[in-house]
Amino acid sequence: MGFQGYRRADGSVGTRNYVGVLSTVVCANEVAEDIAREVDEAVSFTHHQGCCQTPLDVQRVNEALIGLGRNPNLAAVLLVSLGCESTAIQDVAEGIRAGGKRVEVIGLQETGGVVRTREQGMEIARRMVAEASTLKRETCDLSDIVLGLKCGSSDTTQGLSATPAIGVVSDRIVEAGGTSILGEVTEFIGAEHILVKHAANDAIADQILALVERMESRAKAVGCDMRGGQPTGGNIKGGLTTIEEKSLGAIAKGGVAPVQAVYEYGERPTVKGLVVMDSPGREPEILTGLAAAGCNMIVFATGRGAPQGFPFVPVVKLTGNDLTWERMRDHMDLSVAGVIEGTESLPEAGERLLTKIVNVASGEPTRAEITGYTRAMDIYVTGPVI
Amino acid sequence: MKRDAIAIKEEDNVATALRALSPNDTASVGVGARSINVTVVEEIEFGHKFAIREVAAGDDILKYGEVIGRATVRIPAGAHAHVHNVESLRGRGDLA
Repeated sequence: MGFQGYRRADGSVGTRNYVGVLSTVVCANEVAEDIAREVDEAVSFTHHQGCCQTPLDVQRVNEALIGLGRNPNLAAVLLVSLGCESTAIQDVAEGIRAGGKRVEVIGLQETGGVVRTREQGMEIARRMVAEASTLKRETCDLSDIVLGLKCGSSDTTQGLSATPAIGVVSDRIVEAGGTSILGEVTEFIGAEHILVKHAANDAIADQILALVERMESRAKAVGCDMRGGQPTGGNIKGGLTTIEEKSLGAIAKGGVAPVQAVYEYGERPTVKGLVVMDSPGREPEILTGLAAAGCNMIVFATGRGAPQGFPFVPVVKLTGNDLTWERMRDHMDLSVAGVIEGTESLPEAGERLLTKIVNVASGEPTRAEITGYTRAMDIYVTGPVI
Repeated sequence: MKRDAIAIKEEDNVATALRALSPNDTASVGVGARSINVTVVEEIEFGHKFAIREVAAGDDILKYGEVIGRATVRIPAGAHAHVHNVESLRGRGDLA
């Protein structure tokens, strides 16, 4: 089984061919948005970081921006900067260029304000789109898929149908030589004893446990029962009672393949197979983390109906709840409700989901892309704004 | 026969409702490969859980054959099992 994708200079494969207009700091967001809005096939990435943060978080922002710029779904990158931020703009530009793509930088203070930057930025973006438009899709292999796994706005149907269906797909991609990234470490809490059994070796098992302990300590440090925050109010309405219950459903996304490596947030995997990445469960931060890690596709299980997509990585939504399938049709790509109703087997549901993912990878738009609700993005930081 | 609720493993003491259930409904619960009947004693919303046998206060709540929390009071068979009578054992800064 293969798909039609865009081969990039660094060997990665894009499922989309956008020009990325990336804001390097919260202060430049609106200009990045303005430029992308006026140029067809350009997309902007904005966030709330890049200045007045701990050095650890500034480094995190630099690395995330490099990862996002190197994402194979971007043909070229325009960085939009204010000029005085903490983000290491030239390092970010060089980091992205190292992947073999064209990068330009434009700064508001150097160019002389918003109006001029908008105009010049649009001109650069238009030229980049013209260059990118000459690229053609080629036949690529399932092993070229880097699949991000996500679940959200969860209910109890999810762990019984949708996340196990994702597990089937993840296993298929891994068997074919592809990569699958499991994040949402908060949702390992209470299920880590199962996940560590899948670790390829003891060192990886220890790394998984250390990630979980770090995440749980952060939650405990505020001195409350985290319930209400995780599981969320909506999760509880949907019938999820504890984080342990939510986690047991969530880790089913990883299937039964061995975990080959553990990475920090947004880090690009250097091995194939199933890997774990540190990240919280909230949509903007994990979708961004998966994109920064190089995912060219994301699959997202949602029981209650999360509508979010990401600017330049297609997010395929599936639900195991027929009420949600009816009510949230604008946002759902697939229903696997038959699995709990007993009318469809899990392998059959997995096969349908894999076909959908391959079709979307080849260019078929997701519901989120059609609806234009694709701006769930932000960079995950752990320190204060100072 | 159509299932009204589902439990994953034989050892599970709660099941997930696949439709809204009312008091005195006899729910057909798929438990692993077999099916049992449980008389529901209160309203159970779609997707919510109920005890399929009595659970003593302090006992583990089991779903997927795994511990998902602990009963804070006795939960009779057929009763709603949720945040009012089940507590999490994790992420509890309030217990530190």
